[in-house]
Amino acid sequence: MSALGTVGQDVAAPPPPRRRGRKVVPYVLLLPGLLWLVLFFIVPMIFLFSQSLQQGSLDQGYTMTWHWQTYVDAFQLYWPQFLRSFIYALIATALALLIGYPVAYTIAFKSGRWKNFLLVLVIAPFFTSFLLRTLSWQTILSSNGRVYSFFVKTHLLNLLQAGPYPLVTGNQLLNTPLAVITGLTYNFMPFMVLPLFASLDRIDIRLLEAGADLYGRPWTAFRKVTWPLSLPGVVAGTLLTFIPAAGDYINSKLLGNPNTTMIGQVIDGQFLRVTDYPTAAALSFTLMAAILVLVSIYVWRAGTEELV
Amino acid sequence: MATVTETRPAAPARPAPRPPRKGPLRWVREHIVQIVAFFVFVYMLLPNLLVVVFSFNQPKGKYNYEWEHFSLNAWLHPCAPPGMCSAVKLSLEIGILATILATVLGTLMAFALARYRFAGRAATNLLIFMPMATPEVVMGSSLLTLFVAMSNIISLGATTIFIAHVMFCVSFVVVTVKARIAGLDPRLEQAAMDLYATERQTFMRITLPLVAPGIAAGALLAFSLSFDDFIITNFNSSATSQTFPLFVWGAAQKGTPPQMNVVGTAMFLVSFIIVGIAQLIAWRRRKAKA
Repeated sequence: MSALGTVGQDVAAPPPPRRRGRKVVPYVLLLPGLLWLVLFFIVPMIFLFSQSLQQGSLDQGYTMTWHWQTYVDAFQLYWPQFLRSFIYALIATALALLIGYPVAYTIAFKSGRWKNFLLVLVIAPFFTSFLLRTLSWQTILSSNGRVYSFFVKTHLLNLLQAGPYPLVTGNQLLNTPLAVITGLTYNFMPFMVLPLFASLDRIDIRLLEAGADLYGRPWTAFRKVTWPLSLPGVVAGTLLTFIPAAGDYINSKLLGNPNTTMIGQVIDGQFLRVTDYPTAAALSFTLMAAILVLVSIYVWRAGTEELV
Repeated sequence: MATVTETRPAAPARPAPRPPRKGPLRWVREHIVQIVAFFVFVYMLLPNLLVVVFSFNQPKGKYNYEWEHFSLNAWLHPCAPPGMCSAVKLSLEIGILATILATVLGTLMAFALARYRFAGRAATNLLIFMPMATPEVVMGSSLLTLFVAMSNIISLGATTIFIAHVMFCVSFVVVTVKARIAGLDPRLEQAAMDLYATERQTFMRITLPLVAPGIAAGALLAFSLSFDDFIITNFNSSATSQTFPLFVWGAAQKGTPPQMNVVGTAMFLVSFIIVGIAQLIAWRRRKAKA
């Protein structure tokens, strides 16, 4: 096998021999892009961290005082929003996995010649504005709508109102935790379905047939063969859904109420309305750190390194 | 063959297979996955449908959330809401410029990563992955602190939005193009080299045309991400630099004209036409090959 055969795979292969003594070429190709990412991704992160430890005001300027207390104060004040963001994102991710899996499975194994068409349907939501689609949920869940009257007639509304942390507050579907979670799940579905599809589509169909012969029951075959083989897609999909969902505040703002505020909304408000930059920066940095820690643990537990 | 089945040890220990049910219930059982998938598709596509339908609505009040009656008013006067068309124009301008730069930077990086081994490769991959794994609100706010600290050099506006958009689009271009390069058949390039093509000729006549669909896909992705971005843009804009998503966000607070849905529907149509053309080209190529 030639050196080109291993191109693109992240294995420690010897350098391709065809580029003689031109070690600088990759660095020249990378330089402009890397420069952009360092200047406008890494450097801003350092500024954000530095900002969180400064004191002062926007008008009079800030001075660096290593004021770690900002983190303590910010967290004491806003931990409910943090917790809520992670819980909502977790529920939305679990739901997206639950309902996204049948979609990915159908496209990969049951769609035949409709495969490409169905894939286009999965990304079709992206073809129009995120905000407009989220606003559409105001129409769907409105108290004059059919969905609402269905929930009332079937007493599902009463069921959702029950419990210590009801998903529905008041006699409406809109402006409730349920609406926010519905919106979050909806908005990040393609990020779940596409990686799931990619890993299911790679599976050799003969393995599934062998599994079906071996285990008899479809459910056992699924649990022992299909599911383990699709795990890379599950890990990628859950991460791609969870991360944006945890930071999102469009859904909680457009579909929720003041009691569904998520942490992104607080950061946005602190930066753009209150202009308390140190607190906002501390919250933002904490969100970043919390997600990094959670994701690292998750990837480590799942044992997948395919992502990077 | 029959003896093989009979000597299988597990066979007699198993409970007898379920008696086959008849009628619609059995059909449902066999197609349960597809049925669930169908309803999930409805869930995923219903909002898109509503965006289109409500572009033909004549709302009673300021908000376009309840169906009143059919009207072509919004389509005939798309620029009626003050500020909307200039917002669309700014979004298109930023989207096109950011797409061009992000595609160039991303494609160069993709070639470096897919074709060379070099020191710092893993770190580069990580740096490219990071913007995709960071919540937008963190990237937006960190850029804001940078731009505010640099306010004597650069002020918030179209330029800062452009910088931010290129930043978060680059990674997606790299990933898309890299996958395409990795999927190339190396024998095609070897064949060209065997036929005494120079490296440059091989690249221009073989490699680049083969990678082009990946570059096009990366560019389309970059454009749609840029055109649709709200959170990062919100942090890095000024009052005079309103993009279309910022306009929609403002409208959600003040009143939603159906003309917004006209823009949404137009986006939808244009995207579908582009995808349709791409599919048609792919289909014709397959036919030509056969």
